[in-house]
Amino acid sequence: MALRPDLAIIADAVPSGARVLDIGCGDGELMVALGAKGVDARGLEIDPANVTAAIARGQSVVQGDANRDLADYPDNAFDYAILSQTLQTTERPDRVVDELLRIAPRAFVSFPNFAHWRVRLALLWNGRMPVTRLLPVAWYETPNIHHVTVSDFRDLVRAKQIGVERAWHLSGDKPTSDAAASWRAEHAIFLIARG
Amino acid sequence: MASRLHEIQHQSVTIEAPLPLDSGHRLPSVTIAWQSYGALNADRSNAVLVCHALTGDQYVASDHPATGKPGWWARMVGPGKPIDTDRFHVVCANVLGSCMGSSGPATPDPATGAPLGMAFPVITIADMVRAQAMLLDHLGIERLHAVVGGSMGGMQALAWAAAYPERLAAAIVIASAARHSAQNIAFHEVGRQAIMADPDWQDGQYYGSARAPTKGLAVARMAAHITYLSEAGLTEKFGRRLQARDIKSFGFDADFQVESYLRHQGLAFTDRFDANAYLYITRAMDYFDLAEPHDGRLAGAFARARDVRFTLVSFDTDWLYPTAESRRIVQALQSVGAAASFVELSAPFGHDSFLLDVPALDRIVAGALGTGR
Repeated sequence: MALRPDLAIIADAVPSGARVLDIGCGDGELMVALGAKGVDARGLEIDPANVTAAIARGQSVVQGDANRDLADYPDNAFDYAILSQTLQTTERPDRVVDELLRIAPRAFVSFPNFAHWRVRLALLWNGRMPVTRLLPVAWYETPNIHHVTVSDFRDLVRAKQIGVERAWHLSGDKPTSDAAASWRAEHAIFLIARG
Repeated sequence: MASRLHEIQHQSVTIEAPLPLDSGHRLPSVTIAWQSYGALNADRSNAVLVCHALTGDQYVASDHPATGKPGWWARMVGPGKPIDTDRFHVVCANVLGSCMGSSGPATPDPATGAPLGMAFPVITIADMVRAQAMLLDHLGIERLHAVVGGSMGGMQALAWAAAYPERLAAAIVIASAARHSAQNIAFHEVGRQAIMADPDWQDGQYYGSARAPTKGLAVARMAAHITYLSEAGLTEKFGRRLQARDIKSFGFDADFQVESYLRHQGLAFTDRFDANAYLYITRAMDYFDLAEPHDGRLAGAFARARDVRFTLVSFDTDWLYPTAESRRIVQALQSVGAAASFVELSAPFGHDSFLLDVPALDRIVAGALGTGR
């Protein structure tokens, strides 16, 4: 099965031989792809069924909560931390970003862009929290408790003096330009580094 | 009962080399009884050591010679099972101090020929592991694909990783702990006192007599058995239902089903276990604290085990070795950078879940052995 587009980008961008922590690794799909190219990948995942599936695939995954359990990893334990589609579900995304760059000098962070034009239109026209392809769940049951936009994230890393080494913006499966990302990106992936 | 138990012949080897013990004593030679399943491959790289729990034995996947019951982990070990004997050479040894053929309190004193009883030295989990390493040396197995164990077996797997990290690729630790808590020690002490308060115990020298401390051992088993089950499990299985009667007896017969069940469990246990072995092995578990030689820092125990892949599993209804203890071990492993997996599985059976039908556990064990899907 093909990797989700944001995961494919991350899998491609991590150099072989790197040590990686995949936070919110699900059933280990990205870890398997990383392992195939010689990356030493470890995972953290909150859902026990997903953890079981990942261990059954031979992956090293610890059941835990990104809000709390990142503290158990020593400084610089990894070359890269990966947080895909999880930032918006954490209690304090700003502190999670700090933790990512404590346990690794670089981190991939991907999230759905809440300022995508369909979201904006839905909110403008309907006056209701949008339910879209990437945000498919109603407001009362969504795990996304901190909706974030591309511009919000850029502001956060600027305020924290965190460097952005690369950014990818996706509309569907296709890349879109940095300049148009705020409106056009459904998905954003940032490779951030300690400032 | 004890005398009949000790008449069983087990496959064993006596290694004529001294075994130094944590207590400072040494055994001049050591006898280890073991079973193996599946073929050892040409490069001797497919050996898996299964470590048994307190009252377990080497008959992991074969019928018990005393009770005739199937092996205690026959659902996990065998052809096509999660620990697949078509692929792995599985070794399971009776632990030092036990009563199924390995050196223990029933071993004869070489000077007198009489059983040692309480003259057998107190042993530890690390001593058990040393004895297993001697067995593997004897069998020509230098390195293990994995060490696997639940409960006290998990303690041995952890002790293996601490003592011989270069001899194992993976450790699978299920429903276990890196140290005994005050509560764990307390329950064991109840059991030991029950045995030693039985007049038939005779200071441990009951082997030659017509009397053995079966009553004390049965009470010890009853108390321990409660700790292996969950409250919800007991409630579901027995509730307050009465045993073979419609009304309370207003006496001290086993009115309740749960009483009858525990009495049966206690009594049946005495057919297959020796009271002195129970004293020695519970003592070894109580002394277990993997962090103790490292100034109380558990991570210190794993400093040389960075290249061992660890898999830990706890169960949500296990209050004997709860999830928090497994997490503490995982934290120590993460702090040294060892590859660790951990999951808390949901199962209704309490501590005993590791022995029972929990399909997720099967998938995890196979995955951790590299044969999962």
